Amino acid sequence: MAEIVLDKVTKRYPDGALAASEVDIDIADGEFIILVGPSGCGKSTTLNMIAGLEDISSGELRIGGARMNEKAPKDRDIAMVFQSYALYPHMSVRENMAFPLRLAKVDDREVREKVDEAATILDLTNHLDRKPSNLSGGQRQRVAMGRAIVRSPKAFLMDEPLSNLDAKLRVQMRTSVSKLQKQLGTTTVYVTHDQTEAMTLGDRVVVLRGGYVQQVGSPQFLYEQPANLFVAGFIGSPSMNFFPASLADNRLNTPLGEVELTDRVRRLLEGKDAPREVIAGVRPEHFEDAGLLDEPTRSGGATFRAKVDVLESMGSDKYAYFTVEGEQAVSSELEELAADAGATEVPETGSQVVTRLSAASTATEGGTTELWFDRDKVELFDPSSGVNLTYSG
Amino acid sequence: MTAEVGTTAPAAGTEQPPGKRALSEGKRAERKLAFWLCAPAAIVMLAVTAWPIIYSIWLSLQRYDLRFPAETEFVGLENYITVLSSPYWWTSFGVTVFLTAISVAIEFVLGFALALIMHRTIVARGLIRTVALIPYGIVTVVAAFSWRYAFTPDTGYLAQLIAPDSALLTERLPAFSIIIVAEVWKTTPFMALLLMAGLALVPDDLLKAASVDGAGPWKRFIKVIVPVMKPAILVAVLFRMLDAFRIFDNIFVLTQGAQQTGSVSVSTYNNLIKGLNLGIGSTMSVLIFITVAIIAFIFVKGFGTAAPGSDDGGKR
Repeated sequence: MAEIVLDKVTKRYPDGALAASEVDIDIADGEFIILVGPSGCGKSTTLNMIAGLEDISSGELRIGGARMNEKAPKDRDIAMVFQSYALYPHMSVRENMAFPLRLAKVDDREVREKVDEAATILDLTNHLDRKPSNLSGGQRQRVAMGRAIVRSPKAFLMDEPLSNLDAKLRVQMRTSVSKLQKQLGTTTVYVTHDQTEAMTLGDRVVVLRGGYVQQVGSPQFLYEQPANLFVAGFIGSPSMNFFPASLADNRLNTPLGEVELTDRVRRLLEGKDAPREVIAGVRPEHFEDAGLLDEPTRSGGATFRAKVDVLESMGSDKYAYFTVEGEQAVSSELEELAADAGATEVPETGSQVVTRLSAASTATEGGTTELWFDRDKVELFDPSSGVNLTYSG
Repeated sequence: MTAEVGTTAPAAGTEQPPGKRALSEGKRAERKLAFWLCAPAAIVMLAVTAWPIIYSIWLSLQRYDLRFPAETEFVGLENYITVLSSPYWWTSFGVTVFLTAISVAIEFVLGFALALIMHRTIVARGLIRTVALIPYGIVTVVAAFSWRYAFTPDTGYLAQLIAPDSALLTERLPAFSIIIVAEVWKTTPFMALLLMAGLALVPDDLLKAASVDGAGPWKRFIKVIVPVMKPAILVAVLFRMLDAFRIFDNIFVLTQGAQQTGSVSVSTYNNLIKGLNLGIGSTMSVLIFITVAIIAFIFVKGFGTAAPGSDDGGKR
């Protein structure tokens, strides 16, 4: 067990492509940290650099205080779990799990004890003599975890370990990975492209985009205080709604109507040199069916009428989708997020808005409803730099 | 060829047109068509492979020497007794086994090294692979002649370089070495190509996992790469062994089998073509056939080599 420090770690390929740029992360001993971002954001490269599978172009990597840049993977005392599980097909489950111990020249009795112990934890005792090809996806995943834990390494590195499982199993395994990590208390770096995994698993989350760290923080902090448009759009499901808006005389003009800025927002904007044209972001849960609100609450926000395109009733909540005609908010971050979500495949006019309403809402599909949003929860972003103008962290 | 008929028929059978009656009738018609479509190829194959095999077995059971055609008669297994009790046969058999073992072993090691290099190369990948394959693309007889000229005393550049005062091809062990060098030079690319195909089957993640698990390059090679590509290795070695056991052209050009360097194929040629003894010659070719079949059987049954679907691939 050890802390891992990435000090301005950069990966530049010979062809000049920059996969990771000056990544600075201090991972505490026993911490569970998530690297998250869309494909090509440099999260796997960063993980591979920690593992020693890729050279570090510049910067320093320290594990347990010792510089690791020049050390071979086998000398770093770390274990890794791959998306493909990378089980040795010619070895039985027992041999797979024992492999790192055998290479470390651990004596036979100890190997057997450790493998049996790991098999008990992971509920693999009955499968020890089978070959990986005879196991189900979930079992293979557990063998891969087993191979990592038998050695009691300084750190676990996990590269999308749950991505090959079906949705239901993934949720189950997510909880068991989390439990296992707490039980063992081993420093863990976990790479995923799934923001739900990032939110639920990690002590802290690192959001990456194009090789640059966007923000580091606890899941709740990233959700409430995104540093920029990219983090705001990436974290949260369904994701935040964005509109083009303009600021004038402490009033915000949005396609949903004009609202007065609250004192909190005004204070945050002070000294930030906010441009006139901004992008406003509102999370789905900050909308409500106006008819359900009492007058004081209602006056804390803005109301507007919208025709509900689709209404999804989840039992506890209702998701109402409607379209705002006119121009969409434009920024490179939003385009990248849309491309990652596959939204560019769907032709659309205007911007689609998702709102989460109480189950008591009387909104109907195709009907027009009066909706409300909380003006104090509006986040404002600079369209050119993507910076969150209402960030207070 | 029968295999082809076998694979076509079930494929046709998997088509399931709707309706029960139509199904069985359509199916039967399609199967019939499949047989008819395969028939010409099957007949040609039978004519060019099965018939010669059967005919040479028939010849091997007769005393049949073209110099004494009048004495031709059926003698049963007498030819086999003659050949198998002849020291000449066993010498050439020993030579063949020796040449096969040594050259396949060297080819395997060099071929693996070459395969690893070709697999890892990033720059000029196509060029390197093409260049590495050139020796395999040259006709064996042509290559053999160039080796012979190179080792001709006084005029050959290799002869001048290595042993200016002796005729290497006329001494037994040096001659063997030259034959082996010629074989290895020629067929290593083939081995490398098959092994490279096998290397492509080893997932990168497996090697990454092994290095994180604590394996250095050698351990990764022995514990992961070789076991995972075992099927490809077996196929490559099997093909090369079947091929090497039938070695003829290199020896024929380089030494003509002098100084007891003749392989079983050279002995067969000497008896059958030079000696015009069809009976003994056929007996020898049947024995070669049986030996090759035994090697293939051991590989397929003993080591679990996947039966190759195509021809032996090692044709020169």
